Amino acid sequence: MKTIIDLADVQKSFRKGREEVDVLAGIDLRVAAGEFLALMGPSGSGKTTLLNIIGGIDRASAGRVRVADQDLGTIKQGGDLARWRAANIGFVFQFYNLLPVLTALGNVELPLLLTKLSAQQRRGNAQTALTVVGLADRAKHKPGQLSGGQQQRVAIARAIVADAPILVCDEPTGDLDRDTADEILDLLDILCRQHRKTIVMVTHDPKAASHAQRIAYLDKGRLTEGAA
Amino acid sequence: MSPVGFVWRNLHRRPTRTYLTLLSVVIAFLLFGMLRMLAVWFALGGSDIAGANRLVVTAKYSIIEDLPLSQQRQIAAVDGVDAITHQSWFGGIYIDSRNFFPKFPVEPRAYFDMYREFTLAPESLDAFERTRTGAVAPAALATRFGWEVGDKIPIEADIWPMRDGNRLWTFDLVGVYTVADEFAGQPPFLFHYDYFAEATGVLGSAGWYTARISDPQRAGEIAKEIDQLFENSPNPTKTAGEDELARAFAAQVGNIGLMANSILSAVFFTILLLTAVVMHWAFRERICEFGVLKTLGFSDSRVALFVLGESVLLCCLGGVIGLALALLSFQLDLFADTQFGGVTLHWPTVWWGVGIAALLGLVVGVAPAWSTRRLTIADALRRS
Repeated sequence: MKTIIDLADVQKSFRKGREEVDVLAGIDLRVAAGEFLALMGPSGSGKTTLLNIIGGIDRASAGRVRVADQDLGTIKQGGDLARWRAANIGFVFQFYNLLPVLTALGNVELPLLLTKLSAQQRRGNAQTALTVVGLADRAKHKPGQLSGGQQQRVAIARAIVADAPILVCDEPTGDLDRDTADEILDLLDILCRQHRKTIVMVTHDPKAASHAQRIAYLDKGRLTEGAA
Repeated sequence: MSPVGFVWRNLHRRPTRTYLTLLSVVIAFLLFGMLRMLAVWFALGGSDIAGANRLVVTAKYSIIEDLPLSQQRQIAAVDGVDAITHQSWFGGIYIDSRNFFPKFPVEPRAYFDMYREFTLAPESLDAFERTRTGAVAPAALATRFGWEVGDKIPIEADIWPMRDGNRLWTFDLVGVYTVADEFAGQPPFLFHYDYFAEATGVLGSAGWYTARISDPQRAGEIAKEIDQLFENSPNPTKTAGEDELARAFAAQVGNIGLMANSILSAVFFTILLLTAVVMHWAFRERICEFGVLKTLGFSDSRVALFVLGESVLLCCLGGVIGLALALLSFQLDLFADTQFGGVTLHWPTVWWGVGIAALLGLVVGVAPAWSTRRLTIADALRRS
């Protein structure tokens, strides 16, 4: 199967005062298109940093990062990288990060403001994405009027509305109870299996990770792999 | 939802804060509209019809000084002067000081011959001329106070009491005159000069002369000739076009434009600080959201534009509402009962207002927009 994420010897270090802190120390990772990968590891192991690098939010200090047929190191920081993100990556956050002033439909429609679709097409696509996540009847509700699980579904709808091939999920069930978390994970399963989305999910929860086809462990900036 | 719609919704994040800020901007621009209306009114001399073929002769050093009537014949003899009449400022209060309208003692026939934009029926003019206590009023004033010909109009003197100390003047309304549409000032209430002179004992003097000239092109030359006549007399004169007189009157009140601009500068500076603080708060509480927008693919510049758009939209909206209210105050004739009748909102004032509102929005929004632009996604998301 085609490799959609290809990381070779990726390193990342931060400067903390006068000290250089290595967060990622030579990561090699390949993810096939349509694969569901869980990234596990203790706090501070570099999971979110790795996720940010895959999602084009952060740059690797060294190494090659090739995602969705693009070497991210060659894309200009700023507008070009933002456009690439809009087209290729859907983000799902632990705390949903919906905009409270917008309705569920408005939140899902937001990424489509970057496209050339008409207002009617944007609204139609957003409504379809909400239907996929089972929230068509909550389109006019604002985030404050939705439960945590419903808010996360809206966030997932926002991540898939522009048809990005890759979903990057940072602890998507970290703020949810067990049953709701299972519903969200089932939804991600469906998106992976039926809609052929590639999913990279950071989680602390082994039960959540068990939904993935493959689990990678990150510790002290190094990656080891295990089977789901 | 359009990008502008998104900016609009963000403004509604904290409606109370937004509407209070909007209200302060509205009041600032209402003040701007009204003060500029007055400043322009003064700059234009209060009336748009100031005739180019009429010269006004006043005392050289102050327009509140009287001139002797003996000068009238000499002015009339100047080459190019076709007609001359005199008027005086009476002041006076009709029932309440808020009922302001100008009141002049005049020579009836000469006055209406001079001001042809005012039309008085011949029989009324005859009655005005024959009746010593007679007075005529513009139709709008008569309608406003419900006056009819034959009514007695009481005016309490504030400048000119009668010789016996009595301050209550009573005039017999003998006619109502109409005013040409293009006249933008406040037409006066007129009464007989002879009655005024006899009752006050101020004989032989008047406030100013108005002279009609045959050739407006020679206005400067004729004005100079008139002033030269009295240059070495106890009553030197200053002759100018009617519009210049109005401006001179405004100058005696003070530099209205400077005063208006000083007040407005203070108001706008305060609004600038207030709105800047509000926008700064709005920026700080949404840092994480800016990170989310950037994550979704909005470029740094586009997110900064959203922030700038909010402040520009807020200030422009406040500016337009404030200017509309200023215009409405004119439409509702709120100035009609004051000496500022004929005040209007000119288009350049509107465009200046809109421009200032946009500039205010840009100045207020540029700092938070710049901070938003520089924000990295990782830093912003850490605030969640």
